[in-house]
Amino acid sequence: MSKTILTRRKFLGAGAAGASSLVLGGCEASIFWPIATALSATCSRKQMMSRITCSASFGDALAREYAESEIRQGQRPNGSTDPQSAEYLALKANDFADYRLSVTGLVETPKSYSLAELRNMPSRTQITRHDCVEGWSCIAKWTGPPLSVVLDEVKLKPAARYIVFHCYDNMGSGASGPNFYYESCDLVDARHPQTILAYGLNNEALPVPNGAPMRVRIERQLGYKQPKYVHTIEAVSSFAEIARGKGGYWEDRGYEWYAGI
Amino acid sequence: MALSEAHRDSKTARPLVYRQSIWTRATHWIWAISLFFLLLSGLQIFNAHSTLYIGKQSGFGFDNSVLSMGAVRTPQGLEGRTTILGYQFDTTGVFGVSGTSENPQARGFPAALTIPSYRDLATGRVVHFFFAWVLVATLFVWLVASLVNGHLRRDLRPTGRDLAQLPRDVADHARLRFHHTGRYNVLQKLTYCIVFFVLFPLIVLTGLTMSPGMDAAWPWLLDVFGGRQTARTIHFVTMTLLVLFFLVHIIMVFAAGPINELRSMITGWYRTDPETKGDAGS
Repeated sequence: MSKTILTRRKFLGAGAAGASSLVLGGCEASIFWPIATALSATCSRKQMMSRITCSASFGDALAREYAESEIRQGQRPNGSTDPQSAEYLALKANDFADYRLSVTGLVETPKSYSLAELRNMPSRTQITRHDCVEGWSCIAKWTGPPLSVVLDEVKLKPAARYIVFHCYDNMGSGASGPNFYYESCDLVDARHPQTILAYGLNNEALPVPNGAPMRVRIERQLGYKQPKYVHTIEAVSSFAEIARGKGGYWEDRGYEWYAGI
Repeated sequence: MALSEAHRDSKTARPLVYRQSIWTRATHWIWAISLFFLLLSGLQIFNAHSTLYIGKQSGFGFDNSVLSMGAVRTPQGLEGRTTILGYQFDTTGVFGVSGTSENPQARGFPAALTIPSYRDLATGRVVHFFFAWVLVATLFVWLVASLVNGHLRRDLRPTGRDLAQLPRDVADHARLRFHHTGRYNVLQKLTYCIVFFVLFPLIVLTGLTMSPGMDAAWPWLLDVFGGRQTARTIHFVTMTLLVLFFLVHIIMVFAAGPINELRSMITGWYRTDPETKGDAGS
């Protein structure tokens, strides 16, 4: 129990740090932490429920797809828009000719793909609505091979339960080193027909602000579930050992792992 | 002797009637708590993107916004601007920019109106969704109980006679003249029916429409409400209507006698007017 409180405190501390620390009165915080702790206990149960029920009951229901005429603006970039790691800058300088997507973890045959190889795979094009957790939406056309095609090639081991996406963008360095963006999804979403490795946006190569050379689309969830600048796809049985163990960069900072709400 | 006489006197003159069942009272207070947290955590969520739109998406390359709270930098410092349907208002200190003059903050709603007070969307969402489930579950319990115990049919359903009295009832309310009969008057019935059967379903369904997972499962939500961003706007407008209801509700409680009204919602017992004794007993 005391461990939970500390974790929650760390969350709130991280979220509230910086500009807001002046506003955070000690009084409110001391009232709020027990409530937040109780809620987060309820919600981790709810999260388990949603892992089971949401994915299972929504099954293969498709996200709404829109007409060409609904593409009325460029896809709004948010979060990282220009990664500065040396590795990424080198790839970008060469127009991603040297990019390799690694598929590793609990798979029978680990593989890696160049951008040209990804572009030669069977692809899906979909015009979908991107919903940011902040509240805004933007409609755009995404093109790329379904993740299921890649998963079928590398063959998941029976122990694999989640797919983790590792990214090039460093969200800022903490005490334990750089915090690279990462995300994860269950196998229902991983094999969903609209879950694609998008290298194309609105009939063009995916631009840098939107995640070049490749970002993942998981259309039934919010924007933070659509990792950009992905370099590695890893099949795991649990993400408890990755970063802070909550399954994603924002999940590690208090957001729900199930981002379909 | 005199005291008990007087007591009996007042009892016969202004009898207590059992007005509210335990189901009505319990759900009332659970909603009161839930709506408090839902409102303030909802304003926290709104602040993450303090613009509302009409349509399927948010116009960044075009303009489909209907309400926006923002901050502009002027020679006098940060100023809050609220734009509603194209009309712009200076709302410095309340909307767009709030906080102290030494440390003004660019935020939609001020810290006093959000949970948590500081910017924390993740916690705001946890609080909001927790109480949203509480609200929906309580609504369901209330609906079943009110169907079974007759609260809906007996107390809330406006009758033909009620509607015929509508003009008189409006005139009475305007003069702050209230009749304590133990039954709801027609304005109360209509108001509660609008809250339960229009505003609550509307705010729950537009809330669900903002969920990309729900939109895949129930795509008709998007068609009913005209797109996710319209649903977000309707959610916000419904919230303001519920706040308006709350304000009128509180004013009416004070105008009609706060002790009596509060007692009836806590213990169930309500003291009626002497002349309406027979009516109240029914």
